[in-house]
Amino acid sequence: MTISDRWLLPDGVEDILPPLAGKIESLRRELMDTYQRWGYQLVIPPLIEYLESLLTGTGNDLALQTFKLTDQLTGRMMGVRADMTPQAARIDAHTLRQEGVTRLCYAGHVLHTRPPHMLTGRTPIQAGCELFGSQSPVADREVIALMLESLRLAGLPRIHLDLAHVSIYQELVAAAGFDQDTEQRIFDAMRRKSVPELDQLLAAYPPGSPAARLRQLARISGGREALAEARVALEGASLVIDSALQQLELLAEDLAAGYPEVELGFDFCELRGYNYHTGLVFAAYAPGHGEALAKGGRYDAIGKDFGRARPATGFSVDVRALVGLGHRVVNRPGAIWAPADADPALAGVIAELRMTETVIQALPEDGQTDPRTRRCDRQLVKQDGQWAIQRLD
Amino acid sequence: MTDTVTIALSKGRILKETLPLLKAAGIEPLEDLDASRKLVFDTTLANVRLLIIRATDVPTYVQYGGADLGVTGKDVLMEHGGEGLYEPLDLDIARCRLMTAGPVGVEPPQGRIRVATKFVNLARQYYARQGKQADIIKLYGAMELAPILGLADEIVDIVDTGNTLKANGLEPRELIDHISTRLVANRASFKMKHRLLQPIIEQMGAAVQSGSNA
Repeated sequence: MTISDRWLLPDGVEDILPPLAGKIESLRRELMDTYQRWGYQLVIPPLIEYLESLLTGTGNDLALQTFKLTDQLTGRMMGVRADMTPQAARIDAHTLRQEGVTRLCYAGHVLHTRPPHMLTGRTPIQAGCELFGSQSPVADREVIALMLESLRLAGLPRIHLDLAHVSIYQELVAAAGFDQDTEQRIFDAMRRKSVPELDQLLAAYPPGSPAARLRQLARISGGREALAEARVALEGASLVIDSALQQLELLAEDLAAGYPEVELGFDFCELRGYNYHTGLVFAAYAPGHGEALAKGGRYDAIGKDFGRARPATGFSVDVRALVGLGHRVVNRPGAIWAPADADPALAGVIAELRMTETVIQALPEDGQTDPRTRRCDRQLVKQDGQWAIQRLD
Repeated sequence: MTDTVTIALSKGRILKETLPLLKAAGIEPLEDLDASRKLVFDTTLANVRLLIIRATDVPTYVQYGGADLGVTGKDVLMEHGGEGLYEPLDLDIARCRLMTAGPVGVEPPQGRIRVATKFVNLARQYYARQGKQADIIKLYGAMELAPILGLADEIVDIVDTGNTLKANGLEPRELIDHISTRLVANRASFKMKHRLLQPIIEQMGAAVQSGSNA
């Protein structure tokens, strides 16, 4: 074993050092305080649990992303969480079992087998909110508002909010009645917005058929004008699609009025989390980050697998990425340096200062240490038998 | 940053055939791309710049947002996997075929087969679909040598005219896919810079349709 084998970290795994660690923790605290002020109760789910409960209802989306190991006590397969949303859903459906609306929030590390994106690494710090027990669009609106508030707290100057509705694609595919192989290929092409491939796969279908509408849908994206285009393209397709479009329209109007600074976008190919999302999905992007910073949506079906069907909506953010991109200012005053003096009066002064200030007391080895290299901008000095604070230049 | 568009291109045949399409969208490099050793070029549109990079690097640059748009062969894209990329347009240029090839008149062996290629992922998927066990040998060029020297039973490579194969005593066998050049877009850019990118995509698309490059 060479020396480097002893300190090298695995790919996509990092130490977070000062001062970044302090910034991340400060934002995490502020997010958690904010979520709790909005009525979301904090839960701390375990880092590891049986694989079945982690993967329930999420289809294959999380199976590949989850690290797996065998439980030495039971021989069962366990997983390290790759996403905390299913844990919150399990807690709501099975552990808490409250009547009516339940609001939960959480923050913690998740672990990914493969980095979803070069910029995120494999150990993002996830924070999020989940709202259970309400089917109302007002609940979606609340969750989106809280997500935008999170991004505002992180000091992100420009936000692009992408809205989509998975039931539009679901309805069209179901109505078209493709065989499994074709459906998979269409899904794959749609996800990559591969217009040439979709054209090839769907060329044979007559205009107005669900398949032809899918082909049209792949070309529609953009701002609110895309919504109007989709209305025309999907005219009379189905009642479910009409109501999905209507929900998007109302939400767009509402958000445009409430958050004029946020750019709105609509993308009908967006199939992220398609296996467990059931309605509205949304994601926030910011310049300089090639991946969604915050994302969420409806997943009304997960609870059913835990024995209690509950409408659910929520979002999560990557706290590490938010701190990296945002311009959040953390005003942390410098520390106060205290000499290595055994004077009991000094101990008293330090104890009092530490109620509000950071005080670093020198140790015998600190003889040559310049306090300014230890984040100190003031020091305690004895003047006329009294301990007083003096500025360091 | 959000008001500029970066387009990744690679030198060679694809570049030559892409430039007229870019021109249709009003984008022309301000200097001769071949004469300069620069890697970044300004264009006649003040907010659009071109990157000249290796063909295999185009999907990577676009995936990570170093470039908003890129022009690359479907072969490179399939090998890369296309994760995180949108593929809004087939530019219908530099058409060729991705094929398997082997020595003339030699039957491929039963059981495991050794395949030399630079398209490792593509070859693995193709043979898996065929239900064949294949040992893939990664080479960076001159694939045709591998069967001659007994390094491999077959190769997987791009075939244009087939002359290189013929000159080395090989013959094309199975067609894996038709290849043409695609315009790819970074997913986040496609959403955030939609207003800037959509006209470029539409104008290039119209130029492809009208066959102005033919």
